[in-house]
Amino acid sequence: MMGFENQGFEEAHLFSSRQEIQSLVLDEPLDGKSFSDYRSAMSSISEAHHPLSPPIVGIEVDDDPLLSPSSYMDRRNPNVSENSYLEPPSYADVVFSPFGNENGEANGFENSTHDSVKSEIISRSASSSSGYIKIAVSNPVKEQEISNSLVPGGNTYVTYLITTRTNIPEFGGSEYSVRRRFKDVVTLADRLSESYRGFFIPPRPDKNVVESQVMHKQEFVEQRRVALEKYLTRLAAHPVIKKSEELKVFLQVQGKLPLPTTTDVASRMLDGAVKLPKQLFGEPATVVAPHEVVQPAKGGRDLLRIFKELKQSVANDWGGSKPPVVEEDKEFLEKKEKLQVFEQQLSNASQQAESLVKAQQDIGETMGQLGLAFIKLTKFETEEAMYNSQRIRAADMKRVATAAVKASRFYRESNAQTVKYLDTLHEYLGLMLAVHSAFSDRSSALLTVQTLLSELSSLQSRAEKLEVASSKIFGGDRSRIRKIEELKETIRVTEDAKSCAVREYERIKENNRNELERLERERRHDFLSMLKGFVINQVGYAEKIANEWANVAEETSGYTKESS
Amino acid sequence: MATITTQRSLSGSSQSPRSPSAQPFLGITVTDPVKLGNGVQAYISYRVITKTNFPEYQGPEKIVIRRYSDFVWLRDRLFEKYKGIFIPPLPEKSAVEKFRFSSEFIEMRRQALDIFLNRIASHPELRQSEDLRTFLQVDEETMERARSQETGIFKKKPADLMQIFKDVQSKVSDVVLGKEKPLEESSPEYEKLKHYTFELEDHLAEAQKHAFRLVKRHRELGQSLADFGKAIKLLGACEGNSLGKAFSELGSKSETLSIKLQKEAHHLLMKFEEPLKDYVRAVQSIKATMAERANAFKHQCELAETIKLKEINLDKLMLTRSDKVGEAEIEYRELKAEGEEATRRFETIVRLMSEEIVRFQEQKTLDIGIAFHELAKGQAQMANEIADAWRSLIPKLEACSART
Repeated sequence: MMGFENQGFEEAHLFSSRQEIQSLVLDEPLDGKSFSDYRSAMSSISEAHHPLSPPIVGIEVDDDPLLSPSSYMDRRNPNVSENSYLEPPSYADVVFSPFGNENGEANGFENSTHDSVKSEIISRSASSSSGYIKIAVSNPVKEQEISNSLVPGGNTYVTYLITTRTNIPEFGGSEYSVRRRFKDVVTLADRLSESYRGFFIPPRPDKNVVESQVMHKQEFVEQRRVALEKYLTRLAAHPVIKKSEELKVFLQVQGKLPLPTTTDVASRMLDGAVKLPKQLFGEPATVVAPHEVVQPAKGGRDLLRIFKELKQSVANDWGGSKPPVVEEDKEFLEKKEKLQVFEQQLSNASQQAESLVKAQQDIGETMGQLGLAFIKLTKFETEEAMYNSQRIRAADMKRVATAAVKASRFYRESNAQTVKYLDTLHEYLGLMLAVHSAFSDRSSALLTVQTLLSELSSLQSRAEKLEVASSKIFGGDRSRIRKIEELKETIRVTEDAKSCAVREYERIKENNRNELERLERERRHDFLSMLKGFVINQVGYAEKIANEWANVAEETSGYTKESS
Repeated sequence: MATITTQRSLSGSSQSPRSPSAQPFLGITVTDPVKLGNGVQAYISYRVITKTNFPEYQGPEKIVIRRYSDFVWLRDRLFEKYKGIFIPPLPEKSAVEKFRFSSEFIEMRRQALDIFLNRIASHPELRQSEDLRTFLQVDEETMERARSQETGIFKKKPADLMQIFKDVQSKVSDVVLGKEKPLEESSPEYEKLKHYTFELEDHLAEAQKHAFRLVKRHRELGQSLADFGKAIKLLGACEGNSLGKAFSELGSKSETLSIKLQKEAHHLLMKFEEPLKDYVRAVQSIKATMAERANAFKHQCELAETIKLKEINLDKLMLTRSDKVGEAEIEYRELKAEGEEATRRFETIVRLMSEEIVRFQEQKTLDIGIAFHELAKGQAQMANEIADAWRSLIPKLEACSART
């Protein structure tokens, strides 16, 4: 992809982060706080209690087998005004299974040990999986920010080593490493969300605005490392995004990340403040340039546009007349509503899954403690035995204690697996954020269209009025005619902008549609795998536990015959 | 509940099945708890059914109504009369008001009271007790009268007993430290027994604590499974067709398992945790007997001292040919008789205890063996039910994926 870097700089002037407004407030409204809290808690459970688990390495992601390297399409037209989305690749066979499958591919969480448990988990990749992208995040290092800072000594920040292994030719190379800091990841996420409007883009890890002391704490850094790895892996698993320039650049280009950064708030406000008077006084530059139309109105720079669109949305909600274009796609609306219900139930199920895992953990723990107490008792009775009956009792007790300790271990092991399977629920909850984002891309694009249409219609009616008035004057009214000419020019530009906006809207709708299909397919597969894995795991360990206790029951069966 | 418990050691009753009428038997059942009275004075009454062929009893079968405090009366009388014997323990009085009438508590208590009476009935000495006959046969009014009479006279608070015991312990340590001349009670065997008893109680209390927690965990897991099942069903409603059905069935299974877990929780409580608690109580009963033994020993020692003094005094009087000699002689003889009585009582306790401890160990091995069996059986059954329930889903899930 030559010439990419030039494009990048061009675009830098035109686009700014959609999250400018949001980052004015330090909270990250999109990221569910409880979601990330839960995830870190769960990972500590599964890590603390699973002595066998190796650290997270990375996953293998099957490339789309139907898209051979040679037919790799450019999904983003470098000409900024038209982001035509050419053809949807079939995402059908991208593997995003939450655990190992027949091909021995492991998930981005932990290498699951499936030997002891019968597993017949279907891989989502139907056939030959040729390409893969494996991403690992490691080696956090503290670095110093040079100059520029008001604080003497400078700011320190952490960088992570990001290693990519791939055999996809477009990436040109099999293995490479770069160092990136979290800010770079934010930039990547922001650029992706601009370029891939309408797509379900995996949400990035939280910003976690904390004190610098906390930033450097090992636990925090480790949590972040894990989160980054998961994020990048998910990006690489998305059939469209994994081929994005942004991701490629992020993974490959050494040194400073050559993506336009989120410009700081102050300069944006300044920009906007400069523009506004001109806009208000109706200079030609007022009109929304067509190329700007393909991005939502952002704070700071586009104050006037924001006002207009806000006015339009108020008119949509409260105005008497129907807006010129509305969301008509019934299928979409239906799906949207279903997804809302789905999200609710997902959240509930995710919570209950958490409780279930905790309850299973507790019972295993208590069983273990009971076993230990009996072991102590056994030892005691054996040492102090004065009568044979004591020795017999001690022997019985030892059997029970051993079984209890074994059962406790089985509970723990089973639970470590259960966590992984049920994690699918949490994954999809995270995905819902991406869905919301994609839907809001759609609605803001629609709003832009509506606003432009309203504007067009008001411009046209002004022009008409002027013409009528001017036609009444014999010989023409020079000033009016001039105004009409100006208006007609404005109308032309606005028409162009409207066309762009409409195209953008349609493009986003198409993206939505394809992503929804993909979601449906993958969801079905993932949930089925989850259920199967969960059930099989439960069966396996329940059988083991039953076996232990059955033996003890057999060994102590003599007592029942003696009593009564 | 068990009506005939076989004796393996002392009673000598044979185990060969002869005609019931020839074999002496005493079988007791505690059933039918009923809440009586109102408000603060409300209490539970139990039906006690006795079946026996003992000649001392009024007839082959008798049914009476008793309440908890009647059982306490019986236990206290036995404790007084049969020093040296480990009196079977009673379940605790429950202090927590709202728990007092829960059906679970009542069932646990009923079971424990039943075991209490049957243990007495199977003890070769205790079963002959007159107080037992009273308890099992008199009407409620008479029982109430007897009960209210005895309070204050025979009732010793456990705290008093423990104090006596502690005195003896300190006395023993004095001996060890060489402050006093060695007493009989510092025999290494008895020391070992005391040490064993105290430590055993600690170990058992810990095991019982974990057993109780295990019961709670079962209940909690049961609840989680129910909630999880419900949530999965709702989530499945968002899915279509076969997958949705799979979700729904999984949810149902989860709910079914929840019930099984609650069942096992109850089973564990009654058949495993209770016996462990009972074991703890039994050990506490031994400690009470040890306190009695210490008391008897102290009494004997004190008398021995007094007698010595009297002897010296008597000799003195005899030397001075005082006219008080006759009186003193009588006193001396009386005291000596008392001393012999005290010694005899003490030695009885020692003898009984040594027999009791053997009996205790054997009984406990049996009791706990049964409890272990129940634990293992219950856990195995529960685990099998869990495995079966989940396993039944696998073919359906396979079918789902075959269709994809």
